[in-house]
Amino acid sequence: MTGTATLLIQRGAAGEAPREERFDVPFAPGQSVLDGLRWIRAHADASLAIRYACINANACKECMLLVDGRTVYACTTRLEAREMRLRPLANKPLVRDLVTLIAPPDERL
Amino acid sequence: MTAPDLSADVVVIGAGGAGMYAAIEAVRCGARQVLLLDRSLIGRGGATVMAQMTVAAATPDRHGDNAEHHLRDTLAAGRGLCDPRLAALLCEAGVECILEMDAWKVGWARDGTALRKVQAPGHDRPRCVYVDVLNTGPAVSKALRAQVQRVPEIRRIGDLLVTDILVEDGEAAGVVGLDIPRGCAVTIAAPAVIIATGGLTRLYARNSASANMGGDGYGLALRAGAELQDMEFVQFFPIGHLAPRLIGMDPIMWDPFRYKLGGRLLNARGEDFLARHDSAEQSGRYTTTRDVATQSILEEVAAGRGSPSGGAWLSFRHVPEAKLREAFGPVIDRLAANGIDLTRQDVEVTPIAHYHMGGIRATPRMETAVPGLFAAGEAVGGANGANRLSGNAITEALAFGREAGRSAAARAASVPSRTALGSAAAARDLVEAQGRPGGNPAAAVEALQQVMTRDVGPMRASSGLARAEAELAAMAAALDEAPPGVPAPHDMARIDWFDLRQCLPVAQAVVQAALARTESRGAHQRTDHAETDPTWQVNQVQRLAGGALALAKVAA
Repeated sequence: MTGTATLLIQRGAAGEAPREERFDVPFAPGQSVLDGLRWIRAHADASLAIRYACINANACKECMLLVDGRTVYACTTRLEAREMRLRPLANKPLVRDLVTLIAPPDERL
Repeated sequence: MTAPDLSADVVVIGAGGAGMYAAIEAVRCGARQVLLLDRSLIGRGGATVMAQMTVAAATPDRHGDNAEHHLRDTLAAGRGLCDPRLAALLCEAGVECILEMDAWKVGWARDGTALRKVQAPGHDRPRCVYVDVLNTGPAVSKALRAQVQRVPEIRRIGDLLVTDILVEDGEAAGVVGLDIPRGCAVTIAAPAVIIATGGLTRLYARNSASANMGGDGYGLALRAGAELQDMEFVQFFPIGHLAPRLIGMDPIMWDPFRYKLGGRLLNARGEDFLARHDSAEQSGRYTTTRDVATQSILEEVAAGRGSPSGGAWLSFRHVPEAKLREAFGPVIDRLAANGIDLTRQDVEVTPIAHYHMGGIRATPRMETAVPGLFAAGEAVGGANGANRLSGNAITEALAFGREAGRSAAARAASVPSRTALGSAAAARDLVEAQGRPGGNPAAAVEALQQVMTRDVGPMRASSGLARAEAELAAMAAALDEAPPGVPAPHDMARIDWFDLRQCLPVAQAVVQAALARTESRGAHQRTDHAETDPTWQVNQVQRLAGGALALAKVAA
């Protein structure tokens, strides 16, 4: 069984007017939102800014974002055959697209 | 000449177990300022945080263990190719590091006051400490992070991708990197630089490590003039999770299950097949080393006896539910959330890229061929030869990190940091270069992974390796001279370009060494040269000469 998930993703860097872009992502049940984002980068738009390190283990804690308004990890949230609205974290400074400045202030330049 | 943006006594590239230990030790040995860099978050992005369970250390115990016993097992597992000096460092210094981690309250599991130990495949007795439950890596990272944070001489900088080691007058003089959130270049001067970037498992489509482990440290070392060795030996973890799809679980999660509960590895006919490949295997126990188990599973699949998704079945159905829950309570709930009930169903597993035995050639003081350039942890080649024992990776990270920290501090005590860097301009220009827009470097990374997975996996042959060699050469030729577009905040496409620049020659080094080694040994299995050849008990060493990889054999 396969299907299509539609990801509505906020794009834009800090200081730019945010815009929403739509990506249709093929998927098989069991995949994560992060799988969908990685698919977009390799097959549709490599410029999409996301961040992750561990991919599937939920160890790096980097892929936190808002899915339909809820704060979640992209790697532990299932992709679904519907529209899903993805936003960067609202309480962290925006860098670009879905990436926010999550490093502690004393651990960055 | 470029004035540096930052200066330090010691720069550490990579803030996993090896890098954090190195930073702590460098300060204890007199370094006044240490910069601990990571392309991701400090202490979160490498392989250490993802370790599931075992850490081998011959701490004094009732099993009569000592470092000599551990060394004997490590050398045997390495199939004749270990650098015995590095292996000895791992086994001896590892004990002290594991005990220091205990003092740093990592939380090793205990029986009363004694450290609890499990026996891992290839070890002659229970030797592996761990933190319950599937929590060893996160606990090790957390304990080291807490120590690092207590040292004011260590400045931690995440989101900084080092793109070049600066070499002046033949000596390491600092680094240039990409400040990822801003997209601009950063120049750092330091007389001692430690590469602690881990291995190269990201070169493979299915792997157990993080996206940061793409061999970029090897690329940095090569271009700085250092040597690599044993690059053909990529360890595949035999029972990586394959199906059904799980989320939020590390694919090597079944390792601790097998330590605690045994489990049975079955082919499509329900046969417990490991005993046919390994006379020492006892059904339901976890005794077969990783190279043999990987080969056995792939041979079953090749013979048409694989599981539906192309691996083997792993079964715990004979284990009572109460026992499962006692050993892995919270994990059983996470599995239930993924729709898996181990008392009723088996899961499918397959070998996945897990660790690299090869790496930067270093002395037991962690010195590379370039004065001032050091390596630490998995980035170092040689300690584990052709096959690594379960449990040796974290120990290696800590022991080698500590040693590299000492050596780097000693170097910094005698060599001042430069106030002007002649070699920085070209590296800075590349970080801020304006390249041709378009193309898809993320797709190119995936294409590279497909080539390595198809032709440079645990089972290789000259035909596939030659094909990979040609395809990698074409990819390298097709890579633009500059990263795509213009410098921008968190530009993943430009980061992918730098990764390709770094890891293509590294992938080529793996292929070159694998093609040259016309025998089978440990993790390197040639289907066209199935026997181990005693004349091949040599290490292969590679360096860049005139822009091309040069390969030499040296006696092991």
